[in-house]
Amino acid sequence: MTEAVVPLAPRARAARRLRPVLMEIGYEFLRLARTRAYSLSVIGFPLMFYLLFGTGHRHGPIAQYLIASYSCLALGSACLFGVGLSISFERAQGWLELKWASPMPRLAYLLAKMLSSAAFALIVMAVLIWLGITVGGVTVSLDQAARLAVIMLLGSIPFTALGLLIGLLVPANAGAGLINLIYLPLSFASGFFIPLRMLPHWVQRVAPALPTYHLAQLALAVFGFAPRSGALLHWLVLAGFSLLMFGAAWITFARREA
Amino acid sequence: MSVTPPADVLTVAPEEPVAALQEVSKRLGKTAALTRFSLQLRGGEVTALLGPNGAGKTTAVRLLIGLLAPDQGRVEVLGRDPRNSTARMAIGAMLQVARAPDMLTVREHIELFRSYYPRPLETTAILDRTGLLPIMHRRFGTLSGGQKQRLLFALAICGDPRLVCLDEPTVGLDIQARRQVWAHIRALAAAGKAVLLTTHYLEEADALAHRIALIERGRLVRLGTPTEIKRAVAARRIRCRTQVSDAVLRGLPTVTSLERHGEDAVIFAHDPQAVLRQLLPLDAALSDLEVGAASLEDAFLTLIHAD
Repeated sequence: MTEAVVPLAPRARAARRLRPVLMEIGYEFLRLARTRAYSLSVIGFPLMFYLLFGTGHRHGPIAQYLIASYSCLALGSACLFGVGLSISFERAQGWLELKWASPMPRLAYLLAKMLSSAAFALIVMAVLIWLGITVGGVTVSLDQAARLAVIMLLGSIPFTALGLLIGLLVPANAGAGLINLIYLPLSFASGFFIPLRMLPHWVQRVAPALPTYHLAQLALAVFGFAPRSGALLHWLVLAGFSLLMFGAAWITFARREA
Repeated sequence: MSVTPPADVLTVAPEEPVAALQEVSKRLGKTAALTRFSLQLRGGEVTALLGPNGAGKTTAVRLLIGLLAPDQGRVEVLGRDPRNSTARMAIGAMLQVARAPDMLTVREHIELFRSYYPRPLETTAILDRTGLLPIMHRRFGTLSGGQKQRLLFALAICGDPRLVCLDEPTVGLDIQARRQVWAHIRALAAAGKAVLLTTHYLEEADALAHRIALIERGRLVRLGTPTEIKRAVAARRIRCRTQVSDAVLRGLPTVTSLERHGEDAVIFAHDPQAVLRQLLPLDAALSDLEVGAASLEDAFLTLIHAD
């Protein structure tokens, strides 16, 4: 028995290649949105903090500062939990293996987790800006909002890379605890909660070694809380960090598979 | 204008095997999971890979679906390395998955897996065939064990693949659910698919398979039809305390193997009556006599000793 074969036009073939990628992204977002432990904490914590600390300083620089820094806070936790914890669970349950045996486009798996996590960070950012304008009494221009959004999108890459490595290395039942253990000090030491210059000297000295610091500096520069001149260096550090994490994840994965 | 078939469509002549493991060896850590293992899978046939836990069944499946690379030998699906993404489009797999993401519904899981394949079955046809239609809007987390297994089975067949690998598809199912899965597996073979089934239930292999491959410690012990295999393994186990020597016991009619711990003897034989007729007169003090069906584990031992 031979099957009748109709060769696909290049365009149709491209559409067919893209379809599983888009579906993977859509369903991953849906899955995370329905996972309340995830969506409530990723969205809820930064907004709650903003209502507590941001709106107490109406019209002041703090209300603006915290829009940038809490957006970064949301991005990191969205990616570390959305990529890292998800992968560690799916790996432990054998689901990752079934996906890997399927003809799923390999990159779609990680891309879906990254973009879904970034989408959550963008939602948080948008609500923070809205809260800032309505409750915090600050102005945010369209240009500033757009620049912050781009930083969120690109910034999801290094945290996806770190999440991937955590997901491959850490057992599922230890994942959440470990991510908090890593991420809370990183957020604190990078000025997400309190501006860096108010933190102890040694913290200020350590901060430039942290990826979260460079993300925060980029986001804060949008509102003039950090010099714009350092942007290139911050992007380079984040790119280098991403490569390092992806490389380590690749080695881990390849050793597992052999 | 020359028309070349697109790379994502593979056809194979009917007499060619759909998939093959050729002299495959694979080490996992320090253990030899498979040693010079060969097996061919043909369209329209269910092949059961039967063996005790840790025999290498899952390793064989993982090689076939491209999750592992062989250390030696060749693995081919439709003439290609199954780690190649085009070859994977011809493969459907049901693995031992603890759980799928809880928050997606039955229908969503199936839609997503369908999108990976070039010519999937219709969603409603899949739901209908696997009996999932009434629960298609339920989330995975709310399904019973049997329903979960049926969904995993649906994911294996939704792309209409030429090769379907089922790793212990009925483990943890009750008898009724198991019979349903059996009916689905028969339907797959009837539709011309090559089906590989791993199981440690002799009964399951017997009920479904056209051919059974017995595997033990990574080696192919025997390959044959269920009737051939059953004849080889349908041994009975005779347990007793006796002073008769090993050599004499082994010499009794139809005895295939013997285990001895002091005076305790465990004798495997095809015809226990014939053994006892001769054994009882030899030892008036024989005691604690027990005759029973050999377990599959025992059956393997008899086969391995026989070889």
